[in-house]
Amino acid sequence: MERREFIKKTGPAVALAAVSGATGLVFHNRDTARSSNLVAKTADFQVPPDPSLPILTAATNPDPVAALRAALDGIGGIERFVHPGEAVVVKPNVGWDRTPAQGANTNPLLVSEMVRLCLAAGADRVTVTDVSCNDPRRSFLRSGIKEAGETAGARVMLPSPEDFVEVDLGGVVLTRWPVLRHFVEADRLINMPIVKQHSLTRCTVGMKNLYGILGGRRNRLHQEIDQSIVDLAAFVRPTLTVVDATRVMLRGGPQGGSLDDLSIEDTVMCATDQVAADARAVELLGLSGRQVGHIALAARSGLGSLDYRNSGYREMV
Amino acid sequence: MTIQGVRNLRRASQVLFFLIFFWLILKTTFEVDFNPSEASEIRLPYPVSIALEFDPLVGLMTLLASGTLYKGLLWSLVILIPTIFLGRFFCGWICPLGSLNHWLSGFRSERTSRRGKKLLESNRYKKYQRIKYYVLFFCLGAALFGSLQAGLLDPLPLLARSIGTAVLPTLHSAALAVASFASGTGIGPIAAVGAGFYDLLSLTLLPFRQAHFHGILLISLVFVTILALNRVFTRLWCRGICPLGAMLGVFSRFAIFGLHKDDKACNECNRCLLACQGADNPNVGSQWRQSECHLCLNCQAACPEGALKFKFFPSKVSTQTNPAGTSKVDASRRKLVASFIGGIALVPLFRAGDAHEVKRSPYVVRPPGSLPEDDFLGRCIRCGQCMRVCPNNALHPTLLESGLEGLWTPFLIAKIGYCEPTCTLCGQVCPTGAISELAFNQKVGDEETPPNRIGTAFFDRGRCLPWAMATPCIVCEEWCPTSPKAIYLREEIAFDRQGNEVSVKRPHVDPALCTGCGACEYACPVYDRKAIYITSVGESRSETNQILLERQRT
Repeated sequence: MERREFIKKTGPAVALAAVSGATGLVFHNRDTARSSNLVAKTADFQVPPDPSLPILTAATNPDPVAALRAALDGIGGIERFVHPGEAVVVKPNVGWDRTPAQGANTNPLLVSEMVRLCLAAGADRVTVTDVSCNDPRRSFLRSGIKEAGETAGARVMLPSPEDFVEVDLGGVVLTRWPVLRHFVEADRLINMPIVKQHSLTRCTVGMKNLYGILGGRRNRLHQEIDQSIVDLAAFVRPTLTVVDATRVMLRGGPQGGSLDDLSIEDTVMCATDQVAADARAVELLGLSGRQVGHIALAARSGLGSLDYRNSGYREMV
Repeated sequence: MTIQGVRNLRRASQVLFFLIFFWLILKTTFEVDFNPSEASEIRLPYPVSIALEFDPLVGLMTLLASGTLYKGLLWSLVILIPTIFLGRFFCGWICPLGSLNHWLSGFRSERTSRRGKKLLESNRYKKYQRIKYYVLFFCLGAALFGSLQAGLLDPLPLLARSIGTAVLPTLHSAALAVASFASGTGIGPIAAVGAGFYDLLSLTLLPFRQAHFHGILLISLVFVTILALNRVFTRLWCRGICPLGAMLGVFSRFAIFGLHKDDKACNECNRCLLACQGADNPNVGSQWRQSECHLCLNCQAACPEGALKFKFFPSKVSTQTNPAGTSKVDASRRKLVASFIGGIALVPLFRAGDAHEVKRSPYVVRPPGSLPEDDFLGRCIRCGQCMRVCPNNALHPTLLESGLEGLWTPFLIAKIGYCEPTCTLCGQVCPTGAISELAFNQKVGDEETPPNRIGTAFFDRGRCLPWAMATPCIVCEEWCPTSPKAIYLREEIAFDRQGNEVSVKRPHVDPALCTGCGACEYACPVYDRKAIYITSVGESRSETNQILLERQRT
């Protein structure tokens, strides 16, 4: 066989072998590979403290909008928290497929008022979102929050699986976890929890409401629930916590369902200190902050003040 | 109007009805843009099951199997009565699966693999076309004895099922894969194109989130096979197998509309045969078969001599060169009777096996409002509308879970999705009433009405965290939607590895309150095999599949 002919006949096989071998070598990796798009970011949305203002205000009025306005005025007004051009994300509790009257989700009147206030203060855009437990379409619809947010001019975003980013939360038990994109992309976060009984943590108010920024299999967190809530509260520092205590769920939480489980309190609180907000709110459930594991742990971890009455608390009239 | 004009009208009608059918399937989903105004009940804005209600075979079979013509099924007369006078216009002008077969058989087979004489011969009437009548009679026999099997092969449920549970979810998965591949390349423009492609599809075709259905491989296989059969013969499915086509063929027995052949004008060029869809012998010299003709009018349009003409009261006189057309179905009476008896025999055969009466499957949790199992199997046409509309992706087609008899009927897999307590969408879209339409209070219950129950929850204490591992959890209790909650907690003392006393809240189920919705199973963090699970016992629809004496009253 001629040399030329030999090369011609073996050439393609040799070339394929070379390509196969080279591909193997290029991609060879002894370490187990893990693709990572980890976002390292803290979510501190706070405004500078102002010693002349209270850290927690509460107002009671049968008109929830009036109660919100009074409580907000007492803590410095919306201009203190939202500045022109900022992107604001409002995080009500839209966990469940329940109607407003059932008091499992944040009062839509408060949500729409909050959106209007932020826009009036010059916010560039306001996003209303939450990672629901039940189907988000049903939850946003039946809670009235989709309509409330949209009529007030907010973007109401229902979370979809592509909207999550992996974030290093840097906590004791909460480390790597998927977080809804809108929360890490905002300039300001207004947390709008509702006060409910919960059989493991005893209550769900502000800090527990932050579970709603997480995706993934968050039902595993219940094994270390106090620490995971505190980890989350250490990571996410909301600009403002607005507690909806217009209707308080005393039993059957966090979903409820029966109107008999509710107590009408007509109260709205505003806080820059989320521990103080939770400590005040649980009194409506007949508890004190000290009795609630995650609130006491948060105070011990330096996240806020349990003893809110001596750190700046005002009841508005 | 010229014959070309009428043929274009037929083409437009095929496209239009296909699009309507496809659009109705797309709209069989829970969309976000509803008017929320304090509506306690959420209803779909369109009557999405209407296409299936126009199906005469669904009407006839459910009538035989259940003794009633449910809700919108009277609409099927709108197809059936004109068929009695005109023939199988539905197959040529309306049927979306027929149109799909029509387009696919024209797409490659005729143009490339079969031409001229070969194509001409393949379009002559063949004996295999009788099979569909035997299929029809087999299904009739089964339906008469209460087992509705026609839905497996009826083109409308078949297409709705295939598109809804297999085609669209596969498309969704593919679109996600393309977008993720594009963004994974790290090249800006490619990622943008990938994202744009996904956004375009998700705006037009895809539901709110990716649906996953159990065992759709077989559904896809059947669908792809039907489409691929067009490579063998033009519209092989429509000509040879389709039971709806067979039924409409039978009902064309006394049609007054048909093909008139002028044997003097004909010069035997056979162009009519080249274009024939139904293989009904449109050519002069063969006997035209009314029961096979789809009324596509291709033959009349193809005839250069004007020898063929569809008209009312066509001549029934045979001449030397041309036998008159017949509206008789070419099927052996003996074989029809045999098929019918075979269908009848199928039902006792099914039920003599380990059917649900003697061996109730714990996993066949039927949708809320489903009829008792025997009635359910007499109505369900396996169209998959309930599965597609379910907002939680909870309903799935069975494979063998409810026996061969129940192939592709809906059951709930709580691990994938639970039954939303306030949702009644599956009953709203069910075209045959296999899942009855529940009012809001019938679903969730009120003072007078008990809630609809689909099963009962049980703990697997060997896997449950507080029970087996002395670890706090309570997620099932948190998710339990009944009020008061069917899952309750008791503070109990457990021992850890060192023998220390640990106080944990252990969950228990109150079977008198549990509705079997499966929210607990869905939410349980023990992911692969849940520590709480639902089974069908206690379901409202069954008198016998109960645990508690008192629960039947509550």
